[in-house]
Amino acid sequence: MALAEKYADRIEKHLAKYPDKRSAVMPLLHIVQEEYGWVSPEGIREVADIIEIDATQVKSIAGFYTMYSEKPKGKFWLQVCTDMPCALNGADEFHKELKAYLEVEEGGTSEDGMFTVEHVMCLAACDKAPMLQCNFHYYEKLDMDKMKALIEQWRNEVNDAVS
Amino acid sequence: MHIIFREKDIPNIHEFDVYMKNDGYAGLKKAVSQKPAEVVDEVKASGLRGRGGAGFPTGVKWSFIPQNEPVKYVAVNADESEPGTFKDRQIMENNPHQLIEGALICAYAIQAKAVYIYLRGEFWELAQELDKHIDEAYENGFAGKNILDSGWDCDVYTHLGAGAYICGEESALLNSLEGKLGQPRVRPPFPAQKGGGLYSEPTVVNNVETLANVPWIMREGGDAFKKIGTEQSAGTKVFCLSGHVKNQGNYELEFGATFRELLYDHGGGPLDGHEFKAVLPSGASGPIVPLTDEVLDTPMTYEDTPKIDTIIGSASVIVMDDSTDIMWVASKVTKFFKHESCGKCTPCREGTYWLDKVLDRIMSGEAEESDIDLIDNVAKNMQGTTLCALGDFAANPIIYTIKHFPEDFKKHVKGGELAAAGD
Repeated sequence: MALAEKYADRIEKHLAKYPDKRSAVMPLLHIVQEEYGWVSPEGIREVADIIEIDATQVKSIAGFYTMYSEKPKGKFWLQVCTDMPCALNGADEFHKELKAYLEVEEGGTSEDGMFTVEHVMCLAACDKAPMLQCNFHYYEKLDMDKMKALIEQWRNEVNDAVS
Repeated sequence: MHIIFREKDIPNIHEFDVYMKNDGYAGLKKAVSQKPAEVVDEVKASGLRGRGGAGFPTGVKWSFIPQNEPVKYVAVNADESEPGTFKDRQIMENNPHQLIEGALICAYAIQAKAVYIYLRGEFWELAQELDKHIDEAYENGFAGKNILDSGWDCDVYTHLGAGAYICGEESALLNSLEGKLGQPRVRPPFPAQKGGGLYSEPTVVNNVETLANVPWIMREGGDAFKKIGTEQSAGTKVFCLSGHVKNQGNYELEFGATFRELLYDHGGGPLDGHEFKAVLPSGASGPIVPLTDEVLDTPMTYEDTPKIDTIIGSASVIVMDDSTDIMWVASKVTKFFKHESCGKCTPCREGTYWLDKVLDRIMSGEAEESDIDLIDNVAKNMQGTTLCALGDFAANPIIYTIKHFPEDFKKHVKGGELAAAGD
């Protein structure tokens, strides 16, 4: 039970919030996503054991919400908002250029496993488009120059960590 | 004036010490010195209406909670997800204690045992910060056991969603909090009733901005609040301005300000070389209107916007200029609602799917003019047929774009000037 041990404190804190353990399914799935990079079958079983419901029920919750990924993502998961207000500010063109720059298809991951790019529904930052979310952090008022610098910075961070 | 965005007058009001030096938690102190019913009456007298979009009188909503039930809850709707809406995030980032205080006043008024703040999952970092501010409230006796020696206990928690617009609908939010699929419930029973709320207990669900108004109302009095704004739209409102204007952003204005004031005085007018064409005053889900002088001079209130065939709702004002193809707007917004339909009610699940398919056909230049009537008909048959408002929300962008901008659709069908160009 890797999760139950590794994240014992956080799990305990979440369980204590609710009169019914089942309510902790979402926070625990966030931990699974964080640990494995996606909601893996293994992670789903662990959550089911902790909150004592069927794994099938946990899987149906995981499938309902877009932030739980049903397949592994790149190290940097870039979600570009392309909804209408953002698109009025050039988000569609930005999204297209970003995919071309990283040589990925929609929802695809770059060959080095670093970047996944996909469009996402409204992120509540309509006045700061083009914008994206990368691993829970918002990057706003972007253009491709800023984006190229960010990508460079992220690549360096990973290379530094390896060496 | 700023009731909500007090950080514009008082720098760093997000910090506990700064908040305390500026009447922090004075509203809660006053509330717990009164009977719960008196607090409800004060909020009723203020004329405060729900800021999430529906505009229901807040005090009246609180008064629906049966006092004899032993367990009650407050759920704060911080699931802000509608294209065009981005105010609650700014409130929680810059003035978090005012939300926490407002939620606690509400909790006292209905004698709730816990407050759950439901944030959209993407507000992950914000939730971490909010948790720290909640800890500060606990450490200083404003949350937890025996709050301010009143004998009343109340816990405050954050809960993160995971990417589903539908969870901003109150009964879907409650299902999501219970660890179930975030789908709307059949009502009655309503959330305020036994059997209808969180864990079947009576529950008030209020928007972030709504609750952030409450500390001011308790401090200064409901009558003082009622004097701000207009007869039926009391107080201030945060207007989220986005799209084709020079200065996009959030503006807190007294109710009664006109579209012209927002778009020109604050928004800086249209982009150079362009003219305004249309406005969505209430986000992607509201009725679109052409930006005429009559519209520009209309006060942005609950009572005035119906006169121009729209609503103020959550006041998420999206502006489009003359470079915008309104057919494209309809298509873009429909893709949003198609993705966000939870799938529970057939008219919404199937309706959004087929609307999107036919819109794609129109966009590709392959459609007949009768296809425009077809989607109008599909949209009208979705109205009023679903458990929650999402079905109506998805119908509005079709019905009102066709009503006001039929030429933008006709251009794309066979024989139209854009038909050959395709998408």
